[in-house]
Amino acid sequence: MGAKTNAILNILAAVLLGLFIWWAEENLDGYMIQILNLIAVNIILALSLNLIYGFTGLFSLGHAGFMAIGAYVCSILILAPEQKEMLFILEPAYDWVQSAQAPFFVAVVAGGLAAALFGVLVGIPLLRLGDDYLGMATLGFAEIVRIFAINLPRVTNGALGFKGIPDHANLWWNFGWCLFTLYVIIRLIRSNSGNVFKAIRDDETAAKAMGIDVFRQKLLSFALGAFFAGVGGALLGSLVATIDPKMFTFVLTFNVLMIVVTGGLGSITGSVLAGIAITVLLEWLRFVENPVYFGDWELPGIPGMRMVVFSLALIFMILFRREGFMGKREFSWSWAVGRFFKKAGRHGI
Amino acid sequence: MKKLFVLAFLMVLALAGTTLAADTVKIGVYLPLTGQMAYGGQLELEGIQMASKEAPTVLGKKVELFVVDNKSDKVEAANAVKRLIEKEKVVAIIGTYGSSLAMAGGEVAEKAGVPMVGTSCTNPLVTQGKKYSFRVCFIDPFQGAGAATYAYSGLNAKTAALLVDVSNDYSVGLATFFTRSFTKVGGQVVANLKYQAGDQDFTAQLTEIISKKPDVLFIPSYFAEGAIIMKQVKELGAKFNVMGGDAMDNPKIVEIGGAAVEGFVHTTFPYDPSMKDMSPIAKKFTENWKKAFPAKEPNVNAALGYDTYLMVLDAIKRAGKAEPAAITKALAATKGFEGVTGSTTINATHDAEKPVGLVQIKDGKKTYIGSITPKL
Amino acid sequence: MTWAMFVQHALNGLTLGSLYALIAIGYTMVYGILRLINFAHSEIFMLGAYFVLWGLTLFYLPWFVAIVVAIVVTAAIGILVDRVAYRPLRDAPRISALISAIGVSFFLQNLTIVAFGALPREVYRPAWLENPILMGEVRVLPLTLFVPTLSFLLMLGLVWVVYKTKPGLGMRAISKDIETSYIMGVPVNRIISLTFGIGSALAAASGIMWALRYPQLQPVMGSIPGFKAFIAAVFGGIGSIPGAVVGGIMLGVIEIMAVAFFPDLAGYRDAFAFILLIVILLIKPTGLMGARLEDKV
Repeated sequence: MGAKTNAILNILAAVLLGLFIWWAEENLDGYMIQILNLIAVNIILALSLNLIYGFTGLFSLGHAGFMAIGAYVCSILILAPEQKEMLFILEPAYDWVQSAQAPFFVAVVAGGLAAALFGVLVGIPLLRLGDDYLGMATLGFAEIVRIFAINLPRVTNGALGFKGIPDHANLWWNFGWCLFTLYVIIRLIRSNSGNVFKAIRDDETAAKAMGIDVFRQKLLSFALGAFFAGVGGALLGSLVATIDPKMFTFVLTFNVLMIVVTGGLGSITGSVLAGIAITVLLEWLRFVENPVYFGDWELPGIPGMRMVVFSLALIFMILFRREGFMGKREFSWSWAVGRFFKKAGRHGI
Repeated sequence: MKKLFVLAFLMVLALAGTTLAADTVKIGVYLPLTGQMAYGGQLELEGIQMASKEAPTVLGKKVELFVVDNKSDKVEAANAVKRLIEKEKVVAIIGTYGSSLAMAGGEVAEKAGVPMVGTSCTNPLVTQGKKYSFRVCFIDPFQGAGAATYAYSGLNAKTAALLVDVSNDYSVGLATFFTRSFTKVGGQVVANLKYQAGDQDFTAQLTEIISKKPDVLFIPSYFAEGAIIMKQVKELGAKFNVMGGDAMDNPKIVEIGGAAVEGFVHTTFPYDPSMKDMSPIAKKFTENWKKAFPAKEPNVNAALGYDTYLMVLDAIKRAGKAEPAAITKALAATKGFEGVTGSTTINATHDAEKPVGLVQIKDGKKTYIGSITPKL
Repeated sequence: MTWAMFVQHALNGLTLGSLYALIAIGYTMVYGILRLINFAHSEIFMLGAYFVLWGLTLFYLPWFVAIVVAIVVTAAIGILVDRVAYRPLRDAPRISALISAIGVSFFLQNLTIVAFGALPREVYRPAWLENPILMGEVRVLPLTLFVPTLSFLLMLGLVWVVYKTKPGLGMRAISKDIETSYIMGVPVNRIISLTFGIGSALAAASGIMWALRYPQLQPVMGSIPGFKAFIAAVFGGIGSIPGAVVGGIMLGVIEIMAVAFFPDLAGYRDAFAFILLIVILLIKPTGLMGARLEDKV
């Protein structure tokens, strides 16, 4: 299949998504829209971690830290000065926090850039570490970010956090950013950089021997991943309208990691599919905690059951499908078209 | 003939049943039933469910409760409220324990224009600037003032130290308001040390506090941590009084704290099973609770859940119809609603005005020692 | 700071640190052999403490029987977890086992909540543990003497097992190269089960001790001590048993001393631990006492 056909099909898919959003905004209720929004944000987060870990092999557990930075920077920029004055009831905000203002798009980019800056700053010392050690150090970084957010009330309002963050992050913004992330990461993976990343992942020593500036490439991947994690955090903050340091614990990083691994490390398609599946599953699983009725007889809901079922599902998935849904495979139009025609052909006969 | 009659009767019954089922008043409840704050959420749920058993109908319709767990998590809280409004189409929402959760849920309810009544979320930010958020409890500036007044005049403490969970919104808020009021009445705060939720070793902070020789130590923590703190206070040989806030109010505190909590005073909402001059409603609640849960102490969280449910029902009654806008209007006009935790009047900021209760642990028993209405 | 205060802080730090050390040994043993961060360890720790409570309240066992039973049952659960959730993933990428470990951790924690509620439970402490011994202005709890001694003895015992016994030889062989060990006839699965058994028994012991020191049980009680103990294990050099003990004690003392010397920064207490972790990883990635763990090629 030619590049041109591919491009046309891609644009067609984007238009279809646009039509779907247009339809969804009119016809779906707020609860469904919220789930769709969460799907978009989770895909952005999963893609960014997949770039760092799945494609470049850098075991990073610092996602919650980058998300926190993005969310706080963006929220400070889009909260109105009057709102901030009301929010900081414990200690007044610094003047620069109080007066900082930017439109939503700029604020999200700023959140991403701030996260990327921290990505570079921690990446320079930490990326020398290998494997589990890198994981522990980045986990430590994320926790340090959270602890500073708690202890700097004049910037972050401490444990109280922000509420009433303007809800600019609607379906258009979220899916727009989601498509942009997808586009950038696919282009990057298909470019020479992508091959370099994979080479580093598969055999760092060999990559070094080939004359690749391994450290620089690692840093590039890490900073770009941090950027999109920051964007995801910024959108999440605006989406749930309230943030505080407790949101950004290890569990948040783990949720993202789980999506990436479930989808398949190093598979963009996998991250997208798992982003959808796990977001929906987590919502759908709520039913196990609701009371079940058999006629007049009521089986009371058991609080906590949802996480029990969820963790069991997770263990089973990893035991029986350890490469994730997709392994390293990807969706492509030629595959889809080929499959479609093969089926259609068979039916024809 | 007789058979036919029975059949007709059954059909009427079935019809009545279906109309009743279709025509219900749907009220949503979102509480932390799992996670860090689950113990508070579960107590409040029991109170709500007890109230709904006692008052199952309003405006001649059956009340249908939809209970959703917010897992002590903000994102989940926002989701839970969204689900209650969009999917279950509830007309009013009860919840929640935990101010940060109430803030997350409140944002959603505000946008949808569905009234929400908080049970024990005392942070001022919960209802601040909100049209649809209410609560049956007082707010922390008021509670902090109550605690400071009692410490200064009741315990005769001139110097105070604080040990604050810096990662907890409730804790830092109450600590700030206590400090402000205590300095205002003439006291002096000599130490303000911090810890983080989940820490169980407070010896370093406490050793430092002891060296400052305060008259009173104020710990705005949750009861589980509070009990551990007091155990360590005793182990380190401190002689000062210890005080806490409403989050210390739990029947378990004596069991967990043992001898270490003897003499401890905490502020709370004006209800406790040990109250001497109990109102008839509080008396009824206490008796009914003991029948319903013989193994469990009646407690203030359950009482607040109970009151919240009945106050929502009261508002629906006064509104005359089960519609969010009308209920909101009626809630805002609540005046002198008599509940277990005293008479509730909703003020301009949608908070309840009621006196601050004081409970002391005496001879291993929670004892209600009176109430106080501080000047702010 | 007075001398008495300093000694008091040091003793407080020693008690906290030896509790970390006991938990850290379990992490370090499993990591040394399987290169797996056993996230479920903090839940095993919690279960150990709960089992004693159930033994006392549900089966009315005498306390020493309850403790022994709890340690045995916890060890069995540790072995079971390995069998069910880790063994099938031995030849899978390491991330799979890690995710599985986190899944088990969530599962055990939430199962405890479902089964026994989230409300904290009380712990009965014998009176002889309650009363501090006065030494001038310094107050010494009996546990302050007891816990470090026990940690030290257990460490000696384990070092003996690892270096002087046949299963210990197997453990060392597996940690060097699991496949060659198979070929050489080491009963790999049995040795790994033994490792999980010992590690979990230690976790149970430390859970019980923790509950005596901070007398309260909660389903989430394992998370933070587990996290800290894990840092301690890395700090001391993951894979090394003496390293875990030294790392644990040092972390405890540093945490306490940081607050003692900079009381205004007490809110950053947990950050100290993490900064320490990052600094040690940068200066000496293998920790204080760790030997270089070769990446398997």
